[in-house]
Amino acid sequence: MSDVKNILLVGVGGQGTILASKILSEGLIEAGYDVKMSEIHGMSQRGGDVSTQIRYGEKVYSPIVGEGAADLIVAFEKMEALRWISHLKKDGKMLINDFEIPTVPIQLGVEKYPEGILDSLKAVADTVVIEAGEIAKQVGNTRTMNIVLLGALAKAMNLGNLDWKSLIQRNVKKGFEDINLKAFEAGFACL
Amino acid sequence: MKKILTGNEAVARGAYEGGLLFASAYPGTPSTEILENMANYRQDVYCEWAPNEKVALEAAIGASIAGARSMACMKHVGVNVAADPLFTFAYTGVTGGCVLVSADDPGMHSSQNEQDNRNYASAARVLMLEPADSQESKDFVKLGLELSEKFDTPVLLRTTTRVCHSKGLVELEDRVTKELIPYEHKIRKYVATPGNGKVLRVQLEKRLEEMTAFSNSTDINCEELAGDEIGVISSGVSFVYAKEVFGETASYLKLGMTFPMPMEKIKEFAKKVKKLYVVEEMDPYIESHLKMAGIPCIGKECIPAYGELNPDIVRKAFFGTAAESVSVPLKATIRPPVLCAGCPHRGLFYVLSKKQKKLMITGDIGCYTLGSAPPLSAMHTCFCMGGSISAGHGAAKVLNRAGSDLRVVSVIGDSTFFHTGINSLMDVAYNKGNNITIVADNRITAMTGHQENPGTGFTLMGEPAVEADIPAICRAIGIKTENITVVNPLKLDEMEAAVDAALARTEPSVIITKWPCILKKFSDQDRKDFDLKPRKCVVDAEECKKCKMCMKTGCPAITFDGTSQISADSCTGCGVCRQVCKFGAIKEVER
Ligand SMILES: Cc1ncc(C[n+]2csc(CCOP(=O)(O)OP(=O)(O)O)c2C)c(N)n1
Repeated sequence: MSDVKNILLVGVGGQGTILASKILSEGLIEAGYDVKMSEIHGMSQRGGDVSTQIRYGEKVYSPIVGEGAADLIVAFEKMEALRWISHLKKDGKMLINDFEIPTVPIQLGVEKYPEGILDSLKAVADTVVIEAGEIAKQVGNTRTMNIVLLGALAKAMNLGNLDWKSLIQRNVKKGFEDINLKAFEAGFACL
Repeated sequence: MKKILTGNEAVARGAYEGGLLFASAYPGTPSTEILENMANYRQDVYCEWAPNEKVALEAAIGASIAGARSMACMKHVGVNVAADPLFTFAYTGVTGGCVLVSADDPGMHSSQNEQDNRNYASAARVLMLEPADSQESKDFVKLGLELSEKFDTPVLLRTTTRVCHSKGLVELEDRVTKELIPYEHKIRKYVATPGNGKVLRVQLEKRLEEMTAFSNSTDINCEELAGDEIGVISSGVSFVYAKEVFGETASYLKLGMTFPMPMEKIKEFAKKVKKLYVVEEMDPYIESHLKMAGIPCIGKECIPAYGELNPDIVRKAFFGTAAESVSVPLKATIRPPVLCAGCPHRGLFYVLSKKQKKLMITGDIGCYTLGSAPPLSAMHTCFCMGGSISAGHGAAKVLNRAGSDLRVVSVIGDSTFFHTGINSLMDVAYNKGNNITIVADNRITAMTGHQENPGTGFTLMGEPAVEADIPAICRAIGIKTENITVVNPLKLDEMEAAVDAALARTEPSVIITKWPCILKKFSDQDRKDFDLKPRKCVVDAEECKKCKMCMKTGCPAITFDGTSQISADSCTGCGVCRQVCKFGAIKEVER
């Protein structure tokens, strides 16, 4: 089962990880892969963390990406990268959005947001930091941050040949197709 | 045609394809999306939200008796609520095929416990199917409807969070048309008096024999033979984990039907391998059947009997090996869910939190359970839906009799009040209790993702409906009109005055905090009834005295960096922090 590729998209509720993974999985299916995808979003709408696991290849059984198994982790938020690092393959790649969302205990001063996340991850893994928020702003809409990251993911996984244009047009909100396409291209180009 | 579907979407699709005519459910993670998706087929299948799971199952039973293929869906704890009709329905059997979907939540992603509902199938003696992925979720519902009619039994489709919320490719097929089976009175079958019950109980044994024979012959209980060294028996999603871990060289017996258990098939399989493993999540359900039959196997002595499994856990349990992975010394802190910015529950809990030393606050299940988290910490118990008012009643009785000054406040959501809270309030009124009931009416079933309920004015199929009138229900039960108050919980003075007035009374009282959930898709009526103009709050940095009082509201939009700051993106202008600030440093402005 070594031909199976494993991707994790991790973030915080409201960041759009679920839409990004939906677009990705649709694209993978159209490209002829067997795909399994698993989402845990119990209380995500209320500020909890969200993770989507995507596995694709000839034949996929389990929908779960195990420890040390992810070829790529895309972290929409920095501390979520830290939470999932044990799932990265030794030679896997980590894309991190340089974006912090404090938890409520952190806001209250009861806990501290860990310092030096990027440096410590860079020390152990092939880590690329992306200013997705900044890029989305330049594109013209900060809400396209998730699609910027999807673009970077496509580049990192060599998936440029999927029909992204049509996938994005079909899946994003009406009236926002062009700006999301731009966001995707900007994300793809930033790697 | 193949489509990628979640397990829940696949269950809905399978029910549609299988000729379902009636579906009822009460929401509950991880089962909720089944009925939400079922409603997409409303032209062919009647669908509804029931006030609770017992009602949902009973409605499905009625539909079955009237001749329709029917389904009831719920989360694992919902089956506890529906257990009463289930056990006797197992005796009477069905007319139209009937499937009960139990979505269990190993690992408690969003539940208060993780009971293993496979035990219900053996306890109630109903046929059970366990899908491992989306394709099987669809196939097994269809098969379940057929088997239900074939063996005259309700069928338990037992699924789990990972199956419900994972996506896989599913082959779509056409709907089979099933007309209503003509209704006839069948008093001896459907009136479970002791006299009839005794006869039905004996018939059930015969049915069990037939179902057992089927279980031993059906190809959903199937062998995949490779080597004779290692054999693995598994069911549900655990099977795919086992495949990942034991690989292509092991032999498998995959069980799709796990009640009655195919013991003959299992005995044969056990003879074919030298070492036999059982891989299953939560209880040793399969394993104990093997042990009872004297078949040696390796199972729960290695693998945990609680929590959610995954391939890593299975690998560590049986082989003691872990995958090589990357680690860093830094640790991520947990990200607890919180009441949203703008949540109407915040005003209620802020007021209660100031008084909580003198109160025992019994709580219930819903978004408002998050009122138990710091800094509000204004809920002290929560165990099952509807339990707040009745537990509060019991507590108040003993505290009063012991002469304690502690007063009891019971907080319950609107959907939860309709679920089983009404009966509890009846206990308070009837038995002269004095706990104060607060119905946190945010006009929707929020926690599970915004389902309509009897109080919201709409049905699952989107039709307008009568709104259950909470004050009128309270009056009808026996709460006096003068002891019922409806308040806007975001007006802190109004909220506090209502609580103080209730505390001053010795008779039972009810406060209804009525304001819509900020994430709700507002109806025209909501816009008429509530002032929902978009606003935001801003901090005047000059005026801010850095006292951090506003942070005591636990609002995720507020941070402190030299002075208090409010995120313009997430603030909805609910105004709770503005009212809390003693220095007038927070202003409300229109968006
Ligand atoms: C017996 C049972 N059924 C269903 C659930 C799932 N559940 C948890 S909270 C909730 C909804 C609560 O809605 P409401 O009372 O309106 O409160 P809100 O979340 O809107 O504040 C449901 C259905 C459960 N925990 N137990």
